Amino acid sequence: MSGIPVSTTINGDDVEFLCQGQETLLDVLRDRLGLTGAKEGCGTGDCGACSVIVDDRLVCSCLVLGAEAQGSDIQTIEGMANGEELHPLQRKFIEHAALQCGVCTPGFLIASKDLLERNPNPTEEEIRFGLAGNLCRCTGYDKIVRAVQDAAREMRGE
Amino acid sequence: MQYERPNTMKDAVGLMAKAKGKAFVLAGGSDLLVRMKSGFVEPDLVVDIKSIKGLDEIKKTDKGFTVGASVPCAAMGESKALAKAWPGVVEAANLIGSKQIQGRCTIIGNLCNASPAADSVPALAAAGAKAVIAGPSGKRTVSVEKVVTAPGKTLLGKGEIIEAIKLEKRPSKSGDAYLRFIPRTEMDIAVVSAGVSLTLDGKGIVKSARVALGAVAPTVLLVKKAANAIIGTKLEDAALEKLAEACSAACQPINDKRGTIDFRKKVSGVLAKRAARIAYERAGGK
Amino acid sequence: MGFDANYESRKFNSVGTRPLRPDGVDKVTGRARYGADFNMPGQLVGMILRSPHAHAKIKKIDASKAEKLKGVKAVVTAADMPDLTDGDGELYDILDNCMAREKAKYDGHAVAAVAAIDARTAKEALKLIRIDYKVLPHVTDVDEAVGPKAPLIQENMFTGGVEPKPEKASNIANRTEYGHGDVEKGFEEADFVVERTYKTEQTHQGYIEPHACVASVNSDGTAELWVCTQGHFVYRQNCADLLGMDVSKLRVTSSEIGGGFGGKTHVWSEPVALALSRKAGRPVKLVMSREEVFRASGPASATSIDVKIGAKKDGTITAAHAELRYSCGPYTGMWAELGAMTSFACYDFKNVKSVGYEVLVNRPKTAAYRAPSAPMAAFAVESAIDELVAKIGMDSVKFRIKNAAKEGSKASYGPVYGPIGIGPTLEAVEQHPHMKATLGKNQGRGMACGFWFNFGGQTCSDLNIGADGTVTIAVGTIDVGGSRASLSLVAAEELGIPYEQVKAVVADTSTLGYNDMTDGSRGTFSSSIATISAARNAIKVLRERAAKTWDIPLEDVFWEDGHAVTKDKKYGNLPKLSLKEIAAAAGNTGGPIAGHSELVADGAGVSFATHICDVEVDPETGATRVLRYTVVQDAGKAVHPTYVEGQYQGGAAQGIGWALNEEYIYGEDGRLQNPGFLDYRIPVCSDLPMIDTQILEIPNPNHPYGVRGVGETSIVPPLAAIANAVSNAAGVRMTHIPMSPPRILAALDAETE
Repeated sequence: MSGIPVSTTINGDDVEFLCQGQETLLDVLRDRLGLTGAKEGCGTGDCGACSVIVDDRLVCSCLVLGAEAQGSDIQTIEGMANGEELHPLQRKFIEHAALQCGVCTPGFLIASKDLLERNPNPTEEEIRFGLAGNLCRCTGYDKIVRAVQDAAREMRGE
Repeated sequence: MQYERPNTMKDAVGLMAKAKGKAFVLAGGSDLLVRMKSGFVEPDLVVDIKSIKGLDEIKKTDKGFTVGASVPCAAMGESKALAKAWPGVVEAANLIGSKQIQGRCTIIGNLCNASPAADSVPALAAAGAKAVIAGPSGKRTVSVEKVVTAPGKTLLGKGEIIEAIKLEKRPSKSGDAYLRFIPRTEMDIAVVSAGVSLTLDGKGIVKSARVALGAVAPTVLLVKKAANAIIGTKLEDAALEKLAEACSAACQPINDKRGTIDFRKKVSGVLAKRAARIAYERAGGK
Repeated sequence: MGFDANYESRKFNSVGTRPLRPDGVDKVTGRARYGADFNMPGQLVGMILRSPHAHAKIKKIDASKAEKLKGVKAVVTAADMPDLTDGDGELYDILDNCMAREKAKYDGHAVAAVAAIDARTAKEALKLIRIDYKVLPHVTDVDEAVGPKAPLIQENMFTGGVEPKPEKASNIANRTEYGHGDVEKGFEEADFVVERTYKTEQTHQGYIEPHACVASVNSDGTAELWVCTQGHFVYRQNCADLLGMDVSKLRVTSSEIGGGFGGKTHVWSEPVALALSRKAGRPVKLVMSREEVFRASGPASATSIDVKIGAKKDGTITAAHAELRYSCGPYTGMWAELGAMTSFACYDFKNVKSVGYEVLVNRPKTAAYRAPSAPMAAFAVESAIDELVAKIGMDSVKFRIKNAAKEGSKASYGPVYGPIGIGPTLEAVEQHPHMKATLGKNQGRGMACGFWFNFGGQTCSDLNIGADGTVTIAVGTIDVGGSRASLSLVAAEELGIPYEQVKAVVADTSTLGYNDMTDGSRGTFSSSIATISAARNAIKVLRERAAKTWDIPLEDVFWEDGHAVTKDKKYGNLPKLSLKEIAAAAGNTGGPIAGHSELVADGAGVSFATHICDVEVDPETGATRVLRYTVVQDAGKAVHPTYVEGQYQGGAAQGIGWALNEEYIYGEDGRLQNPGFLDYRIPVCSDLPMIDTQILEIPNPNHPYGVRGVGETSIVPPLAAIANAVSNAAGVRMTHIPMSPPRILAALDAETE
């Protein structure tokens, strides 16, 4: 069986790959492209650990077929920092200890980035509902919410 | 598994009609890929309809709205005109899954998945929405509540694809609302749900109403008795009690991992009451 | 080992500060490598075939078709994993759980495995394996399993701990008893008695990272295993024992771990991955799906608990009794025993007795889950106490303060307590502003106490000083929640250097001596003792080098603030030598400078917590919303307070999920109905409020800095605290966990009828 050829953009770079029809974008990112920052926590869209942004929409990459990426623009955790310089959310997550085991962290960061781009000044409730698609089992979410609030303040220039 | 991404509805219908083995339409994929992951379905063909022009649009016309089959639910929430005319439909669509799911899922996918607990279906049924079906022998239009015939089953024939949902233009003094019960605050499937759509007369009396319940029967329930209980009233307590009783009586729920028969019967009435109040307020009733 | 671990009061420079964690950047950039993020050249994909039956005899396995499928490189069944356990029952149970032998004992039990060139081929191969089952009657409920008609899960199981040995086999694997005094007499003295039966459903740790490993066995008998685990040394021992390998030839490297909470203290598919690799002659990567994690790793026990407590009018408890039945899955455990030991540990009783029964059921093998067995026992006891308090008409906190255990109290499970934190946490709660927050309609407040033993165990560390004066501390306890930061702080404290000059790493099994697992809240407790000890050994070497440089006796050289100094006037103005200077000269003064430590970290200080929570219950739907939550817990000494808070908050959140929504739901057919995060409902962000914390520091006398384990106790009180709050909000006493909306609504309806 021949693979499906796909041309796409990932973190600003042109990327080409071959994949099988049933392979998910998450499979492609992790197993074909070596981008293992997105994690598979469930494979059914319930945990958000595989969150990426496809054409300005936050999605679970486990619920996207690799073939669907044709012509898309994809952002993953590997592209979040600007070279050496961490994104404010990345910095605040470390500063606030918003991670313990850290396996949900890439998904939370991508989802938080999407949230703040749509709503730069969210209330605590908006943050909590905005991030409800990302499961964290270690922190009880307290420090994650605080990190997002603090990053939002900094990004607003306050 | 063959993956196809046709550019026209005609090609999509052709692919589905000709398909040998198991063929599935892919729009958002938030149900299909879950079922593939669990091994519940193993498609031979997947037809991705997202490249079909116009299918990703919400169109406003003189007659109302048309929501295309590849419009993600998040886009419905972002359409101010749609949210203003049909707030209940939009809130139902926006309750499906997380933000991540919202970026992908569609109301037509939600409908075609044919789950008794689909969030958007009771709201659409209450709204009197119609499904536009494209098929090998042309187009046809059916009421949303007729699309699902049993859990997991629809009336779609081989090669048929729902290309859009039509919502009528709203008369003035109208409102709709959708509420569901879930154990958590997010990320759950409805245990019970209720959609109410109503129109008031000049005095604030309910002139017409539709009440639909989800997750309490094999398919969505349009409860006429419940609607009748509030027509001609200003949603006084007695009317609301009658509405709740009619809903509870109409339910044919089951005991399962998400809830019990008793719970679903009781809470269907509670949610219908609460949704009716919200719809009434949205219609301008006091 | 002559290391003196006794507590000594001191002023800290590093310990107690809140620096950034050393693994932070890797984890926010996606670079950190977890179990499934590692690959080896030529690696195959491993997959496991699992029983769809709760209880079935395996009559025949025919894998011939699967073996012939193109791309399949190995098929493994029990026949490929012969019994080498030599009468070791515990090890045999592990073997049988990893790969079913005569019987499949639960839905999800592994029965065969394949390794193939890709996932698609492996999946196809699983479908080609034919298993001839004889389905047997099953039992999944803990109470039904002890009934007279229950099918036997192990035909030769005769209850242990009972004299004389029973004549009839049963599903009760073991009985244990704790307590002292005369309970019957105590109840006679009581003015008020509460007696109730409580049930709790089975929960899963719910770590976000599924089990994953890459196994590579070479033809010369050496092997490597990359795996997410809480204890790579224990995994090495288990795998080597089960597969007949030399321990020293199996090198286990622990990946970053995406949560464990006890669930990654047991081997599951790792021995199978090694067996596949051995047979295929290639590396094998085996990653569990989420469904497999729920069906076939190790959840906590389901329980059924009878509690009876009596007290006098003045609030003095006269007697307490509990009988605890804990499900173990198909193999015996010590889960009910832990429940029996912890149930009454918070209070000072004259007469107390607790009896535990380990009950076999057709569910996955029970595994440790954060303070294993204690939350359920605390739910029962603390609920009964609240009811008793209401009968007497006393204040909940005052009643508990009056009866709290203190230094010198004889614990219900045997030992006499040293300085402990239960009284102080209660006093802090009494003064806490949370207790004065206003409650509205349908809202209620509850509080409860919790206890966990904590554990020390075998530990070793290597501390190496580089030529530039930076320090590496290699530890053998897995970092599950920030311990590399804590241990770097401890090394910095001891050496008198800045935190930034220290880097802590987790060593693999071939480069460090044996370490027990990160369980029992021991990671920071035990490895900090080993780190202190290693640092002090290194300081001795540093002093020797300074003495040599100065050509003076060692006993005249002292270590102060990261420097070798002399104090005796006879050395005049000898300038002090910094760690950096000594390290730079090491090549000329005797070679590399290091400190090692191997020890058993005895004396883990017991830990207590008291939680307060406010809830609102919707009387029309039974839905509960947590409004406010406060954790007060004794940490002994908080090494990195931010991560201590994190442990408090995380445990509370897991407890809230357990209390309200999480449960394993089995169908009549004995199959798990909710093996996914959709219907196994762990709390999402919008379910929870901010979780306030208050850290108390009552030094542990058996740790140089006073440190106690902090990881587990926080999950003990929430079940009871929420049950008590729900009771106060809705006026109905919930005795069945989780208090899901249908259960609360049914209880409310029963009340009004």
